[in-house]
Amino acid sequence: MSDVAISLSTGRRLAPPLGLGTTLVLAYGIVPLFGTEYLFDAILTPFLALSLAALGLNILAGYAGQISLGSSSFMAIGAYAAYNLMLRVPALPMLLDLVLAGAITAAGGFYLAVSTLAAQFFVPWVLNKFGWFSNNDPSGVISTPAPSIGPVVFDTSRGRYLFCLVVVTAALLLAWRLVGSRTGRNFIAIRDHETAARIVGIPVLRTKLIAFAASSFIIGIAGVLWAFAYLRTVEPNGFDLDRSFQILFIVILGGLASLRGAFLGAALMVTFPLLLARAGQAALGTVFDSGMLEMSQRILIGLLIIVFLIYEPAGLAALLDRLRFRSARA
Amino acid sequence: MTEASPIIAIDALHVTYNHAIVALAGASLKVWPGEIVAVLGANGAGKSTTLRAVSNLLPPQRGRVTSGKILFEGRDITHLPAYRIVRRGLVQVLEGRHCFRSLTIEENLWTGAAAVGTGSRDARHDLDRVYDIFPALRDKRRLPAGLASGGEQQMTAIGRALMSRPRMLVLDEPSMGLAPRIVEEVFRALQRLNAGTGLSILVAEQNSNVALRYAGRAYVLEHGEVVLEGAAETLRQRDDIKTFYLGLADRRHPTGAVAEAV
Repeated sequence: MSDVAISLSTGRRLAPPLGLGTTLVLAYGIVPLFGTEYLFDAILTPFLALSLAALGLNILAGYAGQISLGSSSFMAIGAYAAYNLMLRVPALPMLLDLVLAGAITAAGGFYLAVSTLAAQFFVPWVLNKFGWFSNNDPSGVISTPAPSIGPVVFDTSRGRYLFCLVVVTAALLLAWRLVGSRTGRNFIAIRDHETAARIVGIPVLRTKLIAFAASSFIIGIAGVLWAFAYLRTVEPNGFDLDRSFQILFIVILGGLASLRGAFLGAALMVTFPLLLARAGQAALGTVFDSGMLEMSQRILIGLLIIVFLIYEPAGLAALLDRLRFRSARA
Repeated sequence: MTEASPIIAIDALHVTYNHAIVALAGASLKVWPGEIVAVLGANGAGKSTTLRAVSNLLPPQRGRVTSGKILFEGRDITHLPAYRIVRRGLVQVLEGRHCFRSLTIEENLWTGAAAVGTGSRDARHDLDRVYDIFPALRDKRRLPAGLASGGEQQMTAIGRALMSRPRMLVLDEPSMGLAPRIVEEVFRALQRLNAGTGLSILVAEQNSNVALRYAGRAYVLEHGEVVLEGAAETLRQRDDIKTFYLGLADRRHPTGAVAEAV
């Protein structure tokens, strides 16, 4: 019980997450059987892609304590890298494209580490400016081929969902191994006290760069999912500053330095506008149009963030832990 | 002196902050292998600056070594990155302890081993040794360091340093904010380490009473210079050390107040 109290007070989990098995069985076994096209296309696929992006950002912001406002430009790098790999090296299997796109984004993360906000403006500009990146498509908007693993092509909404699920599960496993490793501990050490990290002999600069690279790798792959499985187009405008903020908000609301937090936060961010639209229309009828929806959405998300930062800085993940602790005691 | 050369030699070190504020004006000191040496002085005398210079921690604070050098085991470490200095065997415990608050006490200790790349078997052995030195830590090893008491945090910080297998340990104000009983406990542990393993220790202290009881020799800093040095025994007998320690020495330098003037 003291362990629970300790993990509550610091926002760090000491036990492996409960319910992960249940969630996986549900996601792989049950949901594909009963899900509708709307559920897959409008909710689950963007949820998975955003969760992955938030997972990537969380490694950097939550664990290593480095801020980044360029997440969506890194997603763009990943998406364009995957597109160009497919276009120019068609012999490569899609999964390898995915990993290479991640690696290319990681290399980008390495160099753009200190200037994430600048990257956010620079990357879309470059992608727009030089036609090579979009194969000189006059509109700049490229429709993407369906994702595939080997001979299996995922061209239905259920297929795209499953593709995302496989990739996200693999990346989650990777991230989980990373944050539990020596390197993961060094991330936290640098976040908690940089000078002290220096003094115990942690190479601070190198470790930060590793955090940037690992984070960008995952965000790059999230970009591929976002473009290929959700939007099904690649265009620089799909990766603007708003998206970067959205990912940052997911991390804050879900819980910094918590892998589950990325998923909880993404679930909230994806379902919230849909629920709000339903609620708004039920309450106000046709007065509640899309403009009003966007307005009220911004206001409420802003409020939520303020409330969370004051009352639950460790986010939804900590809130859930606390509820579980209470119900276990009752 | 049976040993041919000092383990650490600080030679005429000048340090400025922000290119303007002079913090050290040619301080020199030496520690011979197996010694405990204390650095004493009032606030702002340059104790912390000296110690930070030793671990090359000045740049993040806009400090710079303008001249002079620091030799560790005969090799110049003045401009070596901090983590490399740790790998050479010189490890510091910072003022204010600075544990990683969200890591548990044991995880804090592991970071010290990880940084120098000790194998996990050897590291486990080192961990047991740290727990033998500070038994209080063994019972609390699952506690996040941020929730530990000041004394436990100080022991964790020292234990973390020991996990890097140092030949020389540098401590900045280990007594700060601790109950007298804990201070004695910490210094006794340091003394045992020194006697048992020959670990050389350089410790900066405001608490000159404690420091002079455990150290073999001491230096007194004032306005960034060494104004007095000698055997701790002798210094303990002298009254003027209290004058320096209390910072009343300005009377001897009517035009003094160097630190304020620049």
